[in-house]
Amino acid sequence: MTEPALAAYLLALADDELILGHRDSEWTGHAPILEEDIAFANIAQDEIGHASLWYGLVRDLGGAEPDRLIFFRLPAEYRNAPLVELPKGDWAFSMLRQYLFDAAEARRLPLLAASTHRPLAEAAAKIRTEEIYHLRHTQAWIERLAQGTSESHRRVQAALDLLWPYAVQLFDPVTHEAELAAGGLLPEVGAVKGDWLQTVVPFLSAVTLRVPEASLPAGVSRAQHTQHLTDLLADMQVVARSEGPDVHW
Amino acid sequence: MLQALQDVQDPEIPVISVVELGVIRAVRIEGDHVSVDMTPTFAGCPALAVMQAEVENRLRQLGAAAVQVRLVLSPPWSTDWITPAARDKLRAFGLAPAPPHAGLIQIMFAGEAICPYCGSTQTTLKNSFGPTLCRALYYCDHCQQPFEQFKAL
Repeated sequence: MTEPALAAYLLALADDELILGHRDSEWTGHAPILEEDIAFANIAQDEIGHASLWYGLVRDLGGAEPDRLIFFRLPAEYRNAPLVELPKGDWAFSMLRQYLFDAAEARRLPLLAASTHRPLAEAAAKIRTEEIYHLRHTQAWIERLAQGTSESHRRVQAALDLLWPYAVQLFDPVTHEAELAAGGLLPEVGAVKGDWLQTVVPFLSAVTLRVPEASLPAGVSRAQHTQHLTDLLADMQVVARSEGPDVHW
Repeated sequence: MLQALQDVQDPEIPVISVVELGVIRAVRIEGDHVSVDMTPTFAGCPALAVMQAEVENRLRQLGAAAVQVRLVLSPPWSTDWITPAARDKLRAFGLAPAPPHAGLIQIMFAGEAICPYCGSTQTTLKNSFGPTLCRALYYCDHCQQPFEQFKAL
């Protein structure tokens, strides 16, 4: 049970990073200023790099090759949280989504670095060093948008109202997560979410944003996706699918 | 064997070798079989596959019958591993090396970068992200020259 269950958890992490990285990359050439164009392209590339580490671990636990997982799965076979597949929206929306995700990574990675599955612990320790730059950047942006003009505040508050229930879904446990946690392979269920709430709620409140109460129904399966993922994958997979899986690039 | 790998460079920083960059973690030789442990700088670095292939090619040129380049992640790569001689080469290339941090990257954020052209510390961070994953953009207020710094990792 352990290996497939752990592979399923890691696949969810990998898919979150890949799909978010892809969404972020849609800003390349379109960000409000050149510096941010460069910064967000870097963050996108980092997230896709992190996805490649997680997909490598999935393969080592008996899963398929990363390229096959990325380019030849159907939307229903993806295990990302819907948060990351939502269209990029305006700048406030994309920055806030990235901030909420970065804050989750900042809390999750130190706990994963203590995993008894050594390859997982090592990958988490590696990714953690790079993530420091992301959180610093997106946190500064949220502060700037929330306390900038009434228009920037309105936009980032609207983004928070929409994104919050989706962000909370990031922490819905995957199948067998509790057993894996009991074995020391993963953090205790709920630990990452608790740490995340203690980080983001005080920060958002301090920059005068109102954290909404509303949430989506809990326990939504990561196998359920919006039409947005279908559209994203159609775009991302088209070249690989038109050439077939055996082509070398 | 490490000497031979001095010829292999990071294509994004074509002035220092993979050995000076600190990404070659171990080399083992058994007869004509060579295995190399290599670690990525940034996980998403597109130069990694190129460097792996070039390490393999270089060792084959030297007569290795079989070469295995294995990726290792632990301990995570650090800019502290860039050798002192390589730091001088980076400066000459116009790239400020990351100051040593011994793992405390947070303290780096308060510090300024030293301009690789004039040595001034009157510099301003313009962007924590640059033309490659490993670089940040600065401006020297003294010699009025933009420059890049290797991001502390």
